[in-house]
Amino acid sequence: MTSGGIRRSFTAWAGFALASFGGLAHANPEPYQLNLTRGATTWSQVPYDLNSISLGICVVIGILVFGAMFIAMFRFRKSRGAVAEKWSHNTTLEVVWTTIPVIILITLAYLATGGLTSWADTTGSQMTIKVTGYQWKWRYDYIEYLGKPVNKVGFMSKLEEQSNATRQLNSGLDPYAVKVGNENTYLLDVDKPLVVPVDTKIRFAITGGDVIHSWWVPALGWKVDAIPGIVNAAWTNIKVPGTYRGQCALLCGQDHGFMPIVVVAKSKADFAKWLAEQEAQSAAPAAAPAAPAAAPAAASTAAAPQSALVEPAKPAPVKQS
Amino acid sequence: MSYAATHDQHDDHHGAPKGFFQRWCMSTNHKDIGTLYLIFALTMFFIGGSFAMAIRAELFRPGMQLMQPYFFNEMTTLHALVMIFGAVMPAFVGLGNWMIPMMIGAPDMALPRMNNLSFWILPFAFTLLLSTLFMPGGGPAGGWTMLPPLSLQTGSLAYTVFAIHLMGISSIMGAINIIATILNLRAPGMELLKMPVFVWSWLITAFLLIAVMPVLAGAVTMLLTDKYFGTSFFNAAGGGDPVLYQHIFWFFGHPEVYIMILPAFGIISEVIPTFARKPIFGYKAMVFAIASIAFLSFIVWAHHMFTVGLPLGAEIFFMYATMLIAVPTGVKVFNWVATMWGSSMTFETPMLFAIAFVILFTIGGFSGLMLALVPADFQYHDTYFVVAHFHYVLVTGAIFAIISATYYWLPKWTGNMYSEFWGKMHFWNSVIWVNVLFFPQHFLGLAGMPRRIPDYNVAFASFNMVSSIGGFLFGASQLIFLGVIIHAAFFSKNKATDRVWEGAKGLEWTVPSPAPYHTFDVPPVIHDDELAHGNVHA
Repeated sequence: MTSGGIRRSFTAWAGFALASFGGLAHANPEPYQLNLTRGATTWSQVPYDLNSISLGICVVIGILVFGAMFIAMFRFRKSRGAVAEKWSHNTTLEVVWTTIPVIILITLAYLATGGLTSWADTTGSQMTIKVTGYQWKWRYDYIEYLGKPVNKVGFMSKLEEQSNATRQLNSGLDPYAVKVGNENTYLLDVDKPLVVPVDTKIRFAITGGDVIHSWWVPALGWKVDAIPGIVNAAWTNIKVPGTYRGQCALLCGQDHGFMPIVVVAKSKADFAKWLAEQEAQSAAPAAAPAAPAAAPAAASTAAAPQSALVEPAKPAPVKQS
Repeated sequence: MSYAATHDQHDDHHGAPKGFFQRWCMSTNHKDIGTLYLIFALTMFFIGGSFAMAIRAELFRPGMQLMQPYFFNEMTTLHALVMIFGAVMPAFVGLGNWMIPMMIGAPDMALPRMNNLSFWILPFAFTLLLSTLFMPGGGPAGGWTMLPPLSLQTGSLAYTVFAIHLMGISSIMGAINIIATILNLRAPGMELLKMPVFVWSWLITAFLLIAVMPVLAGAVTMLLTDKYFGTSFFNAAGGGDPVLYQHIFWFFGHPEVYIMILPAFGIISEVIPTFARKPIFGYKAMVFAIASIAFLSFIVWAHHMFTVGLPLGAEIFFMYATMLIAVPTGVKVFNWVATMWGSSMTFETPMLFAIAFVILFTIGGFSGLMLALVPADFQYHDTYFVVAHFHYVLVTGAIFAIISATYYWLPKWTGNMYSEFWGKMHFWNSVIWVNVLFFPQHFLGLAGMPRRIPDYNVAFASFNMVSSIGGFLFGASQLIFLGVIIHAAFFSKNKATDRVWEGAKGLEWTVPSPAPYHTFDVPPVIHDDELAHGNVHA
């Protein structure tokens, strides 16, 4: 609560750090980070602002209430000869301190409702990605991009090897040694990240393959549970290219702490190139095998449950979920 | 006069039975059963606390040093179950058992044999629960909320479910007993709106218990049949819905949260007026606020589920309903401060804990308000911010109130004064270290650390170490509490007076210290000026 100065100095420091990464927004946890990230999307400012505003209101109320308490504790001490008064009612006062909180709450509710409503609108997306949580890795399937279906681009994304070796009980390895460049990525890096374009409204269809998980990248500003049998919708529109790290947020078993999420946001041109490569790769193995009849059948079987799951989410005015 | 009448009445027919088994295992005496509950709760507090120490030790620095992740999950799950059902709830029932009859001028609880049964179920329930730790499949490790499908992967689910059934039966019987006592056994002249706020808070809490414990029993029974009998209540592949469980669980779970805080409100409303030597401000508003909070607790459950994919309308409804709770809660805090204003305060240990309660519980309330804002909750949800929030309301809220009540009534129970010096040592150590323990967890959550993870990125290292140090010292400080209680019960030479505290009002202070085995065999005569809250009709 008294961390305003610290937070300011942190913000300055973080700004410096950001600049030194050459314009890439690494909205990932920093040592001594005290506040939410502002995030990197068109919406992620909403929770940041609500956090700041509600914290500010709470601090002001706290100063008033606790201030009154401390004044009372110093003024009305028996040891200072204070004599207890007899009153135990004051209707005006009671009306006032019931009404003022109501007004404050209505203001907060108004702000939060606006932010929530904009979040719930998944219409007009230019891209759809299906996210499936498994014990203990994520699967990403690219469904469509700019109105065209994506041809079999999908992969598992799990904790990368160095973190995985380091995190074993008494591995003797140093978590501080797990780095990408200057960034400590222990438990926050994967073998294959989710690659997305910037300046694109991306709709996510999020579901669970075994138990419930929760897909959370703080820089996107939200988390949504990945529940077996249910497809939840969410969207993002990333403004700044960069690498954004997150984790599974809902307890999903013994390796819940070891299934990170990495989103790499690329420029539209770079992304188109990446996607074309991926499509080419997934097309290639299908042509290679000696038994051409068997391979497509296997592939379509594998793809069937996914398309079945995504089908209901296809029509444009998707229910918020 | 109530004073003289009760003073001479105490042991003219019989005192406590002589045999240990007879006295403690077959007891139907509300004071002995209250003592049993309190000792049980204290034991569980240390067992649950040792689990917390294990958690904080593993989180002391990045990397896995002490335990496998599964064991870590067992620790978080059992820490919660033991603290909620083993420490906080039985402590409140123990306090209610001891004090409610004495506060309303009743000779005992209305249903003394059921009282015995409702206590003696508990040791068996917790033996069942904790025995899972020693089983080949391991204990419950899916979190205290036991969300399916994850909880269905636990081998010992049946033990957990039956333990929870037993705890539920115990709680329901306790609640029935408290309602029956308060509604039927008040001394003549003890009208409902003259009852101490603590009694009011327990009356309302008891109704909450009766309403929601069966809901929990239903939810966990469906888990049981899903796992062992092939039903598909929560199995999507069989036509069930994992989210349905969360709705049922939190319909229990949110009132449960208030079951753990409303009696604390009652305690604080007794302690502050006593040491302020001034009647509670706005007695009726205090009672009405408790009732409003209890009502609202039934319509806010889905704020625990903002990220499961609720429809927009539901998110908005549950956000507004949740924010509404800030109003009656604010009224309570303001009234406590107003009680202190213009008073004549002294700062004995119970008062210190009560003041810390008001400040630190309010901080927990602030973070609760922030969590109610759905878009912000999308970031806070399931992070250490939530962990910090509910530990502020449960540790510095519920548990500080229980500790305050213990110091407040300990002289009445034991007949001896506790050591004020060591009480204050306990207080200052607790209040400092609990903040070192939990305050940095707000920052961890905001920076992006999820809850229930055994290991973390090095960016989270500093605050985790600070939090762990605070945790170890807070845990160690509670040994002072144990020492103070043992000293007061068995070794203190400093005899307590009947009144104990200069500003104490209420019927419990009109009987001798220690309270005789039987009190109010003859109903006392109520004088309005004896009541802690003053004359409400003024």
